[in-house]
Amino acid sequence: MKSFDYAAPRSLAEALRLLSFHPRARLLAGGTDILVQMRAGRIDTDFLLDTKGIPELNELKSADGLTIGAAVPCFRIHEDSRVRSKYPALSDVAGLIGGTQIQSRATFGGNVCNAAPSADATPILIAQGATCRIIGTGGQRTVPIELFCTAPGKNVLKQGEILISFHIPAKSKTTGAQYLRFIPRNEMDIAVVGAGVEVALENGVVQSARIALSAVAPVPLFVPAAGDSMVGKAPSAEVIAEAAAIARDAATPISDMRGTVEYRRHLCAVLTRRALEAAIVRAGGKN
Amino acid sequence: MPGKVLVNTTINGEATDFRCEPRQSLLECLRDILQLTGTKEGCNDGNCGACTVLMDGRPLTACLVLGVEAEGRNITTIEGIARGSKLHPLQQAFLEEAALQCGICTPGFIVSAKALLDRDKNPSEADIRLWLANNLCRCTGYDKIVRAVQKAAAEMRA
Amino acid sequence: MSTPTYSVLGTRPIRHDGADKVTGRAIYGADVHLTGMLHGAVLRSPHAHARILRIDTVKAAALPGVKAVITAADFPQGPDRIVDLGEGDTPLSYIRGNVLAIGKVLYRGHAVAAVAATNAHIAEQAAGLIQVEYEVLPCVLTAPDAMREDAPILHEDLETTELGKKSGKVSNVAVHFRHVLGNSEEAFAQADVVVERTFDTATVHQGYIEPHNATALWNEDGRIHVWCSTQGSFVVRDVTACILDVPVQRVRVTPTEIGGGFGGKIPVYIEPVAAMLSKKTGRPVKVLMSRREVFEGTGPTPGSHMTVKMGVDKTGRMIAAQASLAYEAGAYPGAMVGPGGMCVFASYNIANVTIDGYDVVVNKPSTAAYRAPGATNAAFATETVVDEIAEKLGMDPMELRLMNAAKEGTRRADGPKYRRICCVEVIEAMKNHPHYSAPLEGPNRGRGVAVGFWFNAALPSSCTISVNADGSVNLVEGSTDIGGTRTSIAMQAAEVLGIAVERVNPTVVDTDSVGFTGVTGGSRTTFATGYAAYEAAQDVVRQMKERVAKIWEVEASAVNFEKGAFSAGEKSMTFAELSEKLGSTGGPVVGRGAVNPRSAGGSFSGAIADVEVDPETGRVSVLRFTSIQDAGKAIHPSYVEGQMQGGSAQGIGWALNEEYYMSPDGGMMNSSLLDYRMPTALDLPMIDTCIVEVANPNHPFGVRGVGEANIVPPPAALANAIYRAAGVRMNRLPMKPSAIMEAIWAKGN
Repeated sequence: MKSFDYAAPRSLAEALRLLSFHPRARLLAGGTDILVQMRAGRIDTDFLLDTKGIPELNELKSADGLTIGAAVPCFRIHEDSRVRSKYPALSDVAGLIGGTQIQSRATFGGNVCNAAPSADATPILIAQGATCRIIGTGGQRTVPIELFCTAPGKNVLKQGEILISFHIPAKSKTTGAQYLRFIPRNEMDIAVVGAGVEVALENGVVQSARIALSAVAPVPLFVPAAGDSMVGKAPSAEVIAEAAAIARDAATPISDMRGTVEYRRHLCAVLTRRALEAAIVRAGGKN
Repeated sequence: MPGKVLVNTTINGEATDFRCEPRQSLLECLRDILQLTGTKEGCNDGNCGACTVLMDGRPLTACLVLGVEAEGRNITTIEGIARGSKLHPLQQAFLEEAALQCGICTPGFIVSAKALLDRDKNPSEADIRLWLANNLCRCTGYDKIVRAVQKAAAEMRA
Repeated sequence: MSTPTYSVLGTRPIRHDGADKVTGRAIYGADVHLTGMLHGAVLRSPHAHARILRIDTVKAAALPGVKAVITAADFPQGPDRIVDLGEGDTPLSYIRGNVLAIGKVLYRGHAVAAVAATNAHIAEQAAGLIQVEYEVLPCVLTAPDAMREDAPILHEDLETTELGKKSGKVSNVAVHFRHVLGNSEEAFAQADVVVERTFDTATVHQGYIEPHNATALWNEDGRIHVWCSTQGSFVVRDVTACILDVPVQRVRVTPTEIGGGFGGKIPVYIEPVAAMLSKKTGRPVKVLMSRREVFEGTGPTPGSHMTVKMGVDKTGRMIAAQASLAYEAGAYPGAMVGPGGMCVFASYNIANVTIDGYDVVVNKPSTAAYRAPGATNAAFATETVVDEIAEKLGMDPMELRLMNAAKEGTRRADGPKYRRICCVEVIEAMKNHPHYSAPLEGPNRGRGVAVGFWFNAALPSSCTISVNADGSVNLVEGSTDIGGTRTSIAMQAAEVLGIAVERVNPTVVDTDSVGFTGVTGGSRTTFATGYAAYEAAQDVVRQMKERVAKIWEVEASAVNFEKGAFSAGEKSMTFAELSEKLGSTGGPVVGRGAVNPRSAGGSFSGAIADVEVDPETGRVSVLRFTSIQDAGKAIHPSYVEGQMQGGSAQGIGWALNEEYYMSPDGGMMNSSLLDYRMPTALDLPMIDTCIVEVANPNHPFGVRGVGEANIVPPPAALANAIYRAAGVRMNRLPMKPSAIMEAIWAKGN
């Protein structure tokens, strides 16, 4: 690996100041992606800014919704009792990224910023309506998560900006969410396809539904039409199948070592259906 | 070229400092600088678990941590698992259950399993398999490793 | 014949190296540290097939911290000759060319040059500064493609050996051999049921967790010392001496602890490179491979393209069989198709057999042995066809196998007649195992079975045993201990000497310190080095009898030795009591054992697998798995079980997910442990074992090697289980989810 300098600031102000001096700086959170990419020569930097010491990025707070700091490691999200009870799908995802050791380090912030089409955290954050809080020398801004990734490995962060946290709105008791991914192994694998869904019910009828997919487009793919197709309807098998079909048709996967176009499109429908069924159960609806 | 950084840390209960380049992983620092070669390298990208150590009690792969990140942390390596001159129940169980063949993955498994038993005194077979899925073993098929962890757990409960 | 009773054999002692291995103290190859040591890095080809036009090392050599840069031109280029690579003979030019490419690169990952520097980061950076100009050539990646008339040729001087004779024709087929027994064509005409199927299997890697490593010191006196993780220290010594063109006497190899091998750590890769870098720098040099280098630069096991045809009469008797096996050797000849051809029908008594084998070079890494090399591919084909025949006959697949099982006196198509073997006993044990008759409930589930055979190797081994005054002994041997063999060897000495195994100190030593010992491979270590230990212990007993005879003033022939005690008439003395008196009765006692067994006696194995297939994703879950194997005498049953479980796990990985996923231009796309997908703890169930014990007449304690046969049946057993669960016959490995899904689609429901 090439040489670089390292700093671990203790405040956002200090971090922004350091970034302004180092135009080629990269941000370090858990390191489980960036260190591998630096070793492989895919990322070239002369300055690594460790964000783990910045208080705002380490926050995990459930008041008025849920705030997940960008540098909070997965194991904290997975094991947090409030997250587990109110946002079980987020807890689940935090428990399936990598394995035990990876979860000690990997963060939702890193997973989202890495902008891999196959990211596991991004689809469920999209489904749950997360927004991203970003800070730069010009001040703060908020970006809906579905607009955060712009291309494989690319995101909306400008040089000198830092992703602080994700905010997920409070959910009704009759809202359920689920993320399912397909991998050939049972752990330690990259999604062939993933489907994150959220369904809010009211009196047995779908009030809103959001569906997002991973690994089937250049960026994690939000398919509003799939969720919208369910609104105002009782979540019957037909309604679920229709949403799953819309999701499948929106997918534009490629063929690679993880799967062919045809197989991935097929899995989109299967996983969306299964995730919707599970989310509806969590929302208290029958299935 | 960036200079070396002084890192103050605690390793296996002893205050330790070392100097490293920022690009050096904790794994390199342990093995090459501190001569703690019990922590093994199998892949250098977090997928085999052979370099598992505990940092503040959490298991992680030392290849995906920079040495400089150990500043102020409490690190436990395989060299710090035995209790004085007595093997830890996990180490004893690995021997009695023949849970190692070549032994290269063994330090990582023992360190990971210790973190599990420190938090769960009675894990099920499924719990053990899930917790250890970040540690690859190519010799045993895991059967005897799972049994050894179960045996050590029972021993530690007794 | 009554079964002998043993006091040590069959027990489960804790291994002698155990404490070192659970505390991190054991020194593996990468842990070697020498004063003044430099670190090496190897530059590897980015192309699968290219001519090297120019190598410019100036920039690399100029980088601060770089101490030497070498290419193939730095090595002696003497005439070609045949060398023994441990499990077979190979031309030196192939080994030399694989260590550092000469003229052409033949696969992506082929070593081209190497650097020594003050640290590994600088060495790696310097390797990246070496400029190589290539003329990229078309590549060929599979055996069928490489066998086409218009295929790109890897070796312009490779003449096909056609049925034992040089054909004069240059092609990618190094060898075409044929085994014939009876007349299969005529016999097929008599068959009531004939099944013929074609199979393909992907290249797979042994996947040991420890990457290759080598540290070398070329001393000022011309002596070369190499420390490395190897399955065969004497192979490393001999091959390194050949490549460096120095006498064997000048090379000393210290085998460190080794983190797995499975056949893949027999070949020599970086040991001569480290030695040459040391010569150039005058300092010790350590070279470590990365995981990617392990995948792309070391020998996996061959992918294959096979057609198997079998015919039975209506009672189920197998009367005819044919096989055509084309195995991918990788860059240099030597695919394990020879053993494949010998194993393909080895489990059955069939009178009319024709087997064709093709050793085909392709632009992938030069292949190496992998646990029963060649046999797993072949058994996948045969055992799937056998299952289909059983189905067509409406017969229980175990009954069909039992009816046709090979036994003592059965002749294999490649010539030999079996001595005492245990195919029947293994199949009966499978049939009688509770797993085979357990109910398997639930949809999308199925059970499959398969059997397999592996020869096992014999090869020479040496051992010495010195008696200590306290009645303990020091046992010195040369077999790298990959799975507890120090203990299984020590147990055999302890049994002879009538002492506890804890009273034996086994040590694996360097090549200067013990007699020649073949590789830890071919399931031979407990068998052959154990045999040498048996002989050394017998030699100790013989010498000790002479001592006690001297003390008691009787004839040595009058002294009896049993259960650790010498006796003559009323007189008796324990081994320990006599050990104390050695100094006063003629000095130390050192026993020696050197063996070269003619034959190891093969081992049969069976697998029973229960799976569930998700019909919507094609994903296979292994619900239950049982491995059955013939062990002769199980010296340390835990380690026998461990071999069976480990071989089963590798077989399951091979069957379901593992493969070299190649880009069209010959790049391995999944050269990491994330994407190569070996099974994790969460992917496997507990693996039940059933050890069949029938003494092997080739060994004094009846030992049979157990390391390999267990990997042979799992892929076929899983294929047969998948058929019952999902209704699709899989003819391609790996049977990954997408492949099963496509098969389900193709079936049209």
